[in-house]
Amino acid sequence: MTDIKKAFENGKAFIPFVTAGDPDLDTTRELILAMQEAGADLIELGIPFSDPVAEGVVIQRANERALAAGCTIDRIFDMLRSLNGDVHVPLVFLTYINPIVVYGAEKFMRHCQETGISGVIIPDLPYEEKGEISDVCHTYGISLISLIAPTSHERIRMIAKEAEGFLYIVSSMGVTGVRSEIKSDIASMVAAAKEVSRVPYAVGFGISTPQQAQEMAQKADGAIVGSAIVKLVEQHGKDSRQPVAAYVKSMKDAVRKA
Amino acid sequence: MNNGRFGTYGGQYIPETLMNAVIELEEAYTHYKNDAAFCAELDDLLRNYAGRPSLLYYAEKMTQDLGGAKIYLKREDLNHTGSHKINNVLGQVLLAKKMGKTRVIAETGAGQHGVATATAAALMGMECEIFMGKEDTDRQALNVFRMELLGAKVHAVTSGTQTLKDAVNETLREWTARISDTHYVLGSVMGPHPFPTIVRDFQKIIGKEIKEQLYAAEGRLPSAVIACVGGGSNAMGAFYEFIGDNDVKLVGCEAAGRGVDTPENAATIANGSIGIFHGMKSYFCQDSDGQIAPVYSISAGLDYPGIGPEHAMLFESGRANYVPITDEEAVSAFEYLSRTEGIIPAIESAHAVAYARKLAPTMKQDEIIVINISGRGDKDVAAIARYRGVNLYD
Repeated sequence: MTDIKKAFENGKAFIPFVTAGDPDLDTTRELILAMQEAGADLIELGIPFSDPVAEGVVIQRANERALAAGCTIDRIFDMLRSLNGDVHVPLVFLTYINPIVVYGAEKFMRHCQETGISGVIIPDLPYEEKGEISDVCHTYGISLISLIAPTSHERIRMIAKEAEGFLYIVSSMGVTGVRSEIKSDIASMVAAAKEVSRVPYAVGFGISTPQQAQEMAQKADGAIVGSAIVKLVEQHGKDSRQPVAAYVKSMKDAVRKA
Repeated sequence: MNNGRFGTYGGQYIPETLMNAVIELEEAYTHYKNDAAFCAELDDLLRNYAGRPSLLYYAEKMTQDLGGAKIYLKREDLNHTGSHKINNVLGQVLLAKKMGKTRVIAETGAGQHGVATATAAALMGMECEIFMGKEDTDRQALNVFRMELLGAKVHAVTSGTQTLKDAVNETLREWTARISDTHYVLGSVMGPHPFPTIVRDFQKIIGKEIKEQLYAAEGRLPSAVIACVGGGSNAMGAFYEFIGDNDVKLVGCEAAGRGVDTPENAATIANGSIGIFHGMKSYFCQDSDGQIAPVYSISAGLDYPGIGPEHAMLFESGRANYVPITDEEAVSAFEYLSRTEGIIPAIESAHAVAYARKLAPTMKQDEIIVINISGRGDKDVAAIARYRGVNLYD
């Protein structure tokens, strides 16, 4: 397992997301290695869920494809084991609370530790409910990564104070997906969080162009991109390695300029 | 309030973006539920607009035919818009208006909650958008047109299984995108805190009236109260007043579809397991990876893979029992009540009638069963005709 801090040590970080098992786990494995090679500083891996309420249509479809292709939590762990130490950037899971608790939180975190997962992002586990799994995360050294949103206001300090790994700044209202414009006041969200926390900050939701990534990285420590990459995977299927790597490289180049 | 927990069930498992919205809702509700002017306004709406109190009707022919317990029907089907849904909707839309919201959104399964929400929105001058699974817009086309007639915009949800759970997903997504002027009128005793409490409080008038009306008619408590359960709002409303009366049996009837031992059912208590979904910890139909199962019932209103958290608690403590009723039993009860009493119940409510048909003959003649007829069955006539192989339109 790689310390999440490492992701923020090469200048501004670029954090790509792909849904595990879309279109199959062999492709996901290739994509992890290709994105690392292309300059990704940390990789978010989505565990597909039947009802991803925080996702827009692009990632919803990726979840459906992955599940239809037979992706399960155990198969994702098997794929990670097969990487056999070839991944040196931190890997974090993004999934919903139900798959974790039904699979068994203890078993889940133990397998995370064994397979080199550094953290988990759970969009439907807000601050008030993190006690559901925080103890078992700590037992296995898995960071429980918190999110703050444009509606968080006075909650930012409370959340940031206990932030682990990095703080995920949700750039916009609504679900994930490409946006032409990001209007939220990211700078003041970061400023509020910085008063109480020393973890790095990465901005996600809506980012797709190098220009947007650069802009967001100026205001924070990194930029997260999901839907734009998942769209490439949707388009190219098993042949996604090349286009995704090229895209990640262009985005890392953009955040470097921030 | 109870910190959003019913025993270990309930909670607030939602995206951070929505947290301040539910906190604001809880604060507003805590204030207004004790506000005399708010309570008077809601009471006036319930009496003079919705038509409360609803009748408690002695089903004499059904009683004689079944030859056991005396049967009473709580006639929520006689409410304005034709179901119990109006009780909750008038409360929530009035609350939303007090909170300064100008737009309401809601999910709907059978269309009853959508129609009720569109009705209250029309009455109170609010913008209204309804999310309904594509499959349900086909099953309940008349209700779609009814909502549009009332000025609502209806979105057919094409994601996932295209039924009630997907309609809830889509309404949650919509709420995340637009909170400041919008209230989500959740239709059942489910979702994140404070919804299960708010909806139960607005529905508990059903049980309160049953108790008063039965005292007036019989001078005693019922032996059993029976209601159908999807998310569980009409059942919770009927049960709540009796929870402390331990001699009153409380029975929730869930949709067994083509049978609990087939993959095509929505019997959450019979077949589900504990999980966390749609903002709450409760029982869900799901697989060993926590993927929510595609469920099935002839009844669009019971076609939901979860159950409200307070029901989960009542089940766990043994205070209420939950029994599965198949499509065939429900359709047969739908026809039975129509012919025996001249009352066409909603196919949802017919699940409760079906269980009463089994239970009543096993009980003594001095015992009393109250069945909550949560809605009327006009909306289901075409579907029942199809089920029986009658093609109405050719």
